[in-house]
Amino acid sequence: MLTAILIMALGAVVLGAALGYASIKFKVEGDPLVDKIDAILPQTQCGQCGYPGCKPYAEAISKGEADINLCPPGGMEGVQRLADLLGREVKPLEAEEKPKQVAIIDEQTCIGCTLCIQACPVDAIVGAAKQMHTIVESLCTGCELCVPPCPVECIRMEPVAETIDNWKWKYPVIELKKVA
Amino acid sequence: MLQLFKFRGGVKPQTNKTPSLGEPIAVAPLPTRLIVPLHQSIGGTPDPLIAPGDRVLKGQRIGGADGWISSAVHAPTSGTVLAVEEHVAAHPSGLPTLSVIIEPDGRDEWIARTPVDYRSLAPESVREMLRDAGVVGLGGAVFPSHAKLTASKTVPMEELVINGAECEPFITCDDLLMRERADEVVRGIGIFRDLLRPQRVLIGIEDNKPEAVAAMKTAVQALGENFEVIAVPTRYPAGGAKQLIRVLTGKEVPAAKRSTDLGVQCFNVATAYTAWRAIAHGEPVISRIVTLTGNVERPRNWEVLIGTPLAEFVALGQPKPDTNGYLMGGPMMGFEMPSDAPLVKATNCIIAGSPTLFPPKAPEMPCIRCGECAKACPHELQPFELYWFARAKNFGKTQEYHIFDCIECGCCSYVCPSRIPLVQYFRFAKSEIWAREREKKAADTAKTRFEFRNFREEREKAEKAERLAKAAAAKAAEKKAEAKPAAEAAAGALADAPAAQAAAPTDAEAAKKAAIAAAMERARQQREAAQPKNTEALTPVQQRDIAEVDARRRQAGIETPGEPSGTADANAPAAPAAGSEEARP
Repeated sequence: MLTAILIMALGAVVLGAALGYASIKFKVEGDPLVDKIDAILPQTQCGQCGYPGCKPYAEAISKGEADINLCPPGGMEGVQRLADLLGREVKPLEAEEKPKQVAIIDEQTCIGCTLCIQACPVDAIVGAAKQMHTIVESLCTGCELCVPPCPVECIRMEPVAETIDNWKWKYPVIELKKVA
Repeated sequence: MLQLFKFRGGVKPQTNKTPSLGEPIAVAPLPTRLIVPLHQSIGGTPDPLIAPGDRVLKGQRIGGADGWISSAVHAPTSGTVLAVEEHVAAHPSGLPTLSVIIEPDGRDEWIARTPVDYRSLAPESVREMLRDAGVVGLGGAVFPSHAKLTASKTVPMEELVINGAECEPFITCDDLLMRERADEVVRGIGIFRDLLRPQRVLIGIEDNKPEAVAAMKTAVQALGENFEVIAVPTRYPAGGAKQLIRVLTGKEVPAAKRSTDLGVQCFNVATAYTAWRAIAHGEPVISRIVTLTGNVERPRNWEVLIGTPLAEFVALGQPKPDTNGYLMGGPMMGFEMPSDAPLVKATNCIIAGSPTLFPPKAPEMPCIRCGECAKACPHELQPFELYWFARAKNFGKTQEYHIFDCIECGCCSYVCPSRIPLVQYFRFAKSEIWAREREKKAADTAKTRFEFRNFREEREKAEKAERLAKAAAAKAAEKKAEAKPAAEAAAGALADAPAAQAAAPTDAEAAKKAAIAAAMERARQQREAAQPKNTEALTPVQQRDIAEVDARRRQAGIETPGEPSGTADANAPAAPAAGSEEARP
């Protein structure tokens, strides 16, 4: 009887020590789920979800505070992938899906106030005080955050044009012919 | 006799080559207008070197290579540059690309051509010359040739394979080139041989072109070269680079590896020809041989300038009335060419289509998993599985099944009993995967930039706080230092110590108050100096009125606004006089 208790107690101590050691040795820094969610999000940093950037939104999703359908740039596909990752139900997107856009500054109207530069989350606007500003198109995520601060309304959003470089083969469709 | 190997799969479609073989290569007449796209090779888009209105000479470089994997483009004839603008490209999308529009002046005046003996030059300068002459792979992939002409440092170059197989039905441009200009093709191969120094040079030609084989053999002998001209069995796609390498050398190029990793390099015969013209004649690639066949009255091969509009070119062959479209390339891999696109370096064949020649495809039926496509696939892929995943948009799975090894040869679609356009699905899946990769890259860039911006803002905030703290500390120290001498002075002036101690802080405070008052006074004076008053520059009449009003006010015992009563008397008489002085014209 006593031996049995001792063996069980010893086992408990050994396993406990092993687990305690493992929790220190193999400690995971940060939340891996947040990183996985963040990898799915489109990184436009637009704040349309109501959080100040993609990472905070990812954190909110992982805590269960936010829904998965709040990201319009990610589109329905993003919602689908988040649902797959988290095992949640797919929900329709809160806002409507927009084609990918870029911001364009009308350089004739720009007064060089630098307000848009301060608003751009990815530093895609080049310019200085009282100098004309311009947008580095390849870096623009189309988040629209620069549009409201502009005092002279010289920034407009334009959908990204299809060129030979970004053109995609279309999904083969079977054309239906009208019979009689 | 060399032992030949076999590649798996492949099909034997009807070749349809005879109609365009009847006549020799003819030089196409000068078109009314040339549209030369700047991007005509794999890699970067050359920068335009000319401006609208410039006169250009035949062979003048109009687009300079913008990197190592890029190739120059040249004016195909002399004339005037009308515009550098977006124009519909010879591309399945029908989208525009930056093109140089040239109006020929009819004189066809060459730029100064300098033939060189490449043997006396360093290999690097020969490669640079080829790049600047716009020599690209004319088999259809248009990869810049100079970039393929550097031998690997680690793997010894064993075989140089020259591709004259021309396996696609209808196309005969390489066949006729070898028949008529074998000598220059062989000399061009000599350039490649000298740059790469392979142990053997193998020229593979499908055995349905006996005349070409004979002509090449004669030319090789006449020039005393040791190239082997080999007739390979006719089977589509024997002209695929990996297939031809397999047939001639027995080497199988593994997935995600290049043939150079196995010591093999492959070039098309037409590329060798243009390389010879570029080096030995100083003529850049401004024309190519194009087969015009299909539903036309006069099928034949034409030597045509790059940039010739499709409509003007096909008129040479007199298309039959029921022609309903033009295919660029062969029927297996080609695509419907936009009607106003120009001919480019990649255009080896134009086939006029008609409902009888290419009957509309019967509707697609469900896949029955018969496996015919897997048997036909020359890359030993499983097209039916790929189809399944591509159709379901399960792109990760398509990559597991090696979709990027697919060369889009079209064998699977050709044999499919359910008439499924398999290649269409694979192209769709490939371009989707590329687009996703681009998006992922953009998202990663945005993320790092956003994180850096946050980091920078934090850092700036911290720096500012530090700066403010430092400034505050410095000010405090300064005050302390100021207060000390004042206290000492006070102590010296007043004999009794306790009184001095009491007076020191009072003196310091008084000094501060005085300084503040002085600063305020200075600020007021500055403000007054800067801002013009509306009482300046008045007419004499107005001045008089003001003086009267002021006088009445004084009589009534009211102070003039802005002036203390004491100074009013002194100012009042002076003001009108000064005013009238100033206002006098």
